[in-house]
Amino acid sequence: MAAMSAIDTELSELIDEFELLGDWEERYRHVIDLGRTLAPLTDEERSDANKVRGCASQVWLVTERGPDGLSFRGDSDAHIVRGLIALLLRLYSGRTTADITAFDAKAGLAKLGLSGALSAQRSNGLFSMVERIRRDAAGA
Amino acid sequence: MLIEPKITAAFDPYAIRDEFPILSRQVNGNPLVYLDNAASAQKPRAVVQAMVNALEGGYSNVHRGLHTLANETTDAFEAARDSVARFINAAPTEIVFTKGATEAINLVASSFGLSLKAGDEIVISEGEHHANYIPWHFLRERQGVVIKFIPVLDDGSLDLDAYRKLLTPKTRMVAVTHMSNVTGAVTDTQAIVEGARSVGARVLLDGAQSVVHQPIDVKALGCDFFVFSAHKLYGPTGIGVLWGRPEALEALPPYQGGGEMISWVALDAVAYADPPHRFEAGTPPIVQAIGLGAACEWLNGIDRAAAAAHEHALYKRALERLEGHNWFKLIGDALGKGAIMAFAVEGAHAHDVAQLLDKYGVAVRAGTHCAEPLMRRFGMASSARASFALYNTLEEADAFADSLIKVQGFFS
Repeated sequence: MAAMSAIDTELSELIDEFELLGDWEERYRHVIDLGRTLAPLTDEERSDANKVRGCASQVWLVTERGPDGLSFRGDSDAHIVRGLIALLLRLYSGRTTADITAFDAKAGLAKLGLSGALSAQRSNGLFSMVERIRRDAAGA
Repeated sequence: MLIEPKITAAFDPYAIRDEFPILSRQVNGNPLVYLDNAASAQKPRAVVQAMVNALEGGYSNVHRGLHTLANETTDAFEAARDSVARFINAAPTEIVFTKGATEAINLVASSFGLSLKAGDEIVISEGEHHANYIPWHFLRERQGVVIKFIPVLDDGSLDLDAYRKLLTPKTRMVAVTHMSNVTGAVTDTQAIVEGARSVGARVLLDGAQSVVHQPIDVKALGCDFFVFSAHKLYGPTGIGVLWGRPEALEALPPYQGGGEMISWVALDAVAYADPPHRFEAGTPPIVQAIGLGAACEWLNGIDRAAAAAHEHALYKRALERLEGHNWFKLIGDALGKGAIMAFAVEGAHAHDVAQLLDKYGVAVRAGTHCAEPLMRRFGMASSARASFALYNTLEEADAFADSLIKVQGFFS
């Protein structure tokens, strides 16, 4: 078995974190709380160029290149989506292109017991964001 | 035949629910509370069975055949037209089957639009569903027709004083909602029709919501066109109605060309059929029309005034439970409004609200409700909407209110 990537390590921490939570209400509360920890993007950053298409609510993603690789910041006008973005950013920020490309976000997030939040209609914006992160990483 | 509204205590939503098997299902471990009726209503067994019977026992294409099944299907299809006509106090020849309310408005806009020139004016309101805006926008974009918007007041009703000032000798069409799909406000059709008549304009009413919540008598309304969809009226998707006053329909050129809509065809000339068939090119949605006819007959067997009173009681119950909370913002409280409750929860996005309500089994809509200008008018990017049907119960109104209070707790 291949060694765990940094993303996989973070994911297993997230899984542990969510396993401590009881019912769906606690899990959703936690997601919403995670969303509150995200620094909101500025009005300028909430631009059309940064807007992720295919989303029921609005989602923005800012990709920044630093000396340690790519970092991502995201935002949404909806709380649950914002929380899910926070989860994604914990997984993806500061990772290598190889790790980002190898990671299956859908399968990973499904392990957090949030299936209702990830149904196609609700989460297509979120996975558009994943696609964008993967594209930005591949182009880095 | 006029539909006489009368209030009775005999209306029993629990008996009606038995005719809707879907209402007894569970969603996310909770009993389903279906409050997305303004988007699409569930179908009673009578409608489903009529469609199954048509498909299993007597299906063929209509109008063209000489064999037994063709005759039976044509009879059933035209009987459906008769049912629809009786349902809105019209003649069968005044009933055009369309795909839905949207296509009905597109039909009028595109056919009536042929007679318009640059500078001619169409009056709609800023509260319209996009279906009653974009077809007219096409005329603005392509032909230089001017669209004027009746402002919406804070309670959701139309500003009729402003309306009268918008009318000019160039006004050719006034096309407004009969009942808002967001605020539930009911339009004062008498004022709308009187104004339009004073300048010689035609009137189209979008009845997609009103036809569900109140008996409709198109003759009493005095409009030229009245449109609605079947699927909000407990009927199937894929079918709707354009009702037209005979002289208004007669004056419209055809919409789409094809079979059925012609009286004769030569290589150098074509003569069109009379309404309604002039506007029904191609094979119509036969089974859906039969389903719509069954829905109208089913509703004719129900005390509509009592059903409307019941729906309003549910609306009132939910509102009483919620209006005391300072985080609850109702959109539109016009007198006599339909049982449609659009609202915002302060501190939460409408999508959060709808998504969490769903976890409690409560189905509501969230978004712009295909009325972006109206959302903007009320200073909102989106809102959630609970809409009540005759099969909903007081317990469900309570379950909705209880769940919404719990949902708000996630954001406080």
